[in-house]
Amino acid sequence: MQSGGSNPCARLVAVQKRYGNVVALDGVDLDVRRGELIALLGPNGAGKSTAVGLLLGLAEPDAGEAQLFGESPHSLDARRRIGVMLQTAGMPDTLKVRELLAQARSYYPNPLDAAECAATAGIADILDRRYGKLSGGQQRRVQFALAICGRPKLLFLDEPTVGLDIEARRAMWATMRALVADGCAILLTTHYLEEAEALADRVAVLARGRIVAEGSVRQIRARVAQRRIRCVSDIPLETIGAWADVRSVHRDGDRFEIVTDAAESVVRQLLREDTQLRDLEVQRAGLAEAFVEITEEAA
Amino acid sequence: MNAIAEPLPRVSLPRIYALEAKHEFLRLLRSPSFAVPTLLFPAMFYFLFAVLFTRGRADYQANIYLLATYGVFGVMAPGLFGFGVSVALDRDRGWLTLKRAQPMPPGAYLASKLAMAMLFSVVIFTLLAAIGMTLGGVRLPLDAWATLFVVEVLGVLPFCAIGLFVGTLVNGQGAPAIINLIYLPMSFLSGLWMPITVLPAAVRGVAPLWPAYHLGQLALDAVGQPNDGTPLVHVAALAGMTVAFLFFARRRLARSA
Repeated sequence: MQSGGSNPCARLVAVQKRYGNVVALDGVDLDVRRGELIALLGPNGAGKSTAVGLLLGLAEPDAGEAQLFGESPHSLDARRRIGVMLQTAGMPDTLKVRELLAQARSYYPNPLDAAECAATAGIADILDRRYGKLSGGQQRRVQFALAICGRPKLLFLDEPTVGLDIEARRAMWATMRALVADGCAILLTTHYLEEAEALADRVAVLARGRIVAEGSVRQIRARVAQRRIRCVSDIPLETIGAWADVRSVHRDGDRFEIVTDAAESVVRQLLREDTQLRDLEVQRAGLAEAFVEITEEAA
Repeated sequence: MNAIAEPLPRVSLPRIYALEAKHEFLRLLRSPSFAVPTLLFPAMFYFLFAVLFTRGRADYQANIYLLATYGVFGVMAPGLFGFGVSVALDRDRGWLTLKRAQPMPPGAYLASKLAMAMLFSVVIFTLLAAIGMTLGGVRLPLDAWATLFVVEVLGVLPFCAIGLFVGTLVNGQGAPAIINLIYLPMSFLSGLWMPITVLPAAVRGVAPLWPAYHLGQLALDAVGQPNDGTPLVHVAALAGMTVAFLFFARRRLARSA
């Protein structure tokens, strides 16, 4: 099964998982390759958390197999090579950040220096504060510090930037890029598609317990023919809405936003109808549009 | 696969256990709603009922009798609350899940809470003993002090198991109330606040159901005050209850995973 030299850090093989009558995962294969950032996307309830939970050994698959570095996710040795940031990880409010960091570092054979880790995660100035007194964004950064403190070869980040302001989010992105450049693989689950678009080498889309699309951001986007046309024009909204190739049209003041699969023909028509038309812009669909379309197809 | 000759750095298990225990202790010490009642109430009650309002009776010495039973009342709290509330909170807030995902050695989580509970027991015992020796005029041979110490510090174990089980059942919000509903009635019905001999016969009849009763009798035996039953039976009952509640807690934890 394994191709020599590039054994994945983490892998799900034909995994099935159900909770009662609900099928959470229905035959999922997923590889996280060394040194790549893979974004796992999907609507709520698609099975993302279940997939991550199986890889972390928090639950057992009903069928198929979950592996970390070729071992069972229960192996302490395998887990010493990972770092984890979960979506909900309320830490003890009365412990200081310094203490939480020391505790997490003690689990790893070769942890980052505490000061270095704190600086990287942007928590150097709050080390002596109690966790419960921190803002949501600060708590998130502490959780991130705990995830990276063991020099992981594979990092699990579940919605890491929720609650962060733009500056802190950019800083965390930069750290993630630096980690990947250093050879760390990252499995990212996120609701912010621009985050996946900015960071991911590869994207896997889960819907209804199955992987419905997998590839680079460019490949995923290319699955969607949609373009977005923006312009300023006096043409009535209803006129544009009635054109054959137009999927949807919105107007804000005199600015139009048109979604279409045939940008060229719509642009030709626009220019014919309104010679005064200005500020024309045509954009390929982003990951967000692709995501919506892919998950709708799967539904 | 590992052809590299450099020595692999290793994690230090004693260091992990020590840090976990220290942080568990700090965490609770810094929670006034836990630390203040747990550390002060037994000593305060003992002072009120055994020192200030003591009534002489022929069949027992109140200052010594109540030192033993309030000690038991005291050490129940770190077991019941320390485990019950913190496990419930850790489950609610996702901390336990993160711990299970991190490469923490299995066992460190419970071992640290156990160490915390025993350390609190030592502090509670010491406070009570200090008040007993000074204000209470308690004079005991050294071996009686030592036996009482061992009984009360190890006696926290069954209550840790019960606390753990409750912590797997209820959420963090509800845990303190539920545990008080177990803690306070059980203390009364087990004769920890007043000698069991003054309680109605019906209450005395069911007392062997409560772990606090067995521990109370052991503590009384240690200090030579009147008690029922034989120590070995009390120890066996406590051990059995500990194992049973650990078993149920383990089953609950496995299911909620």
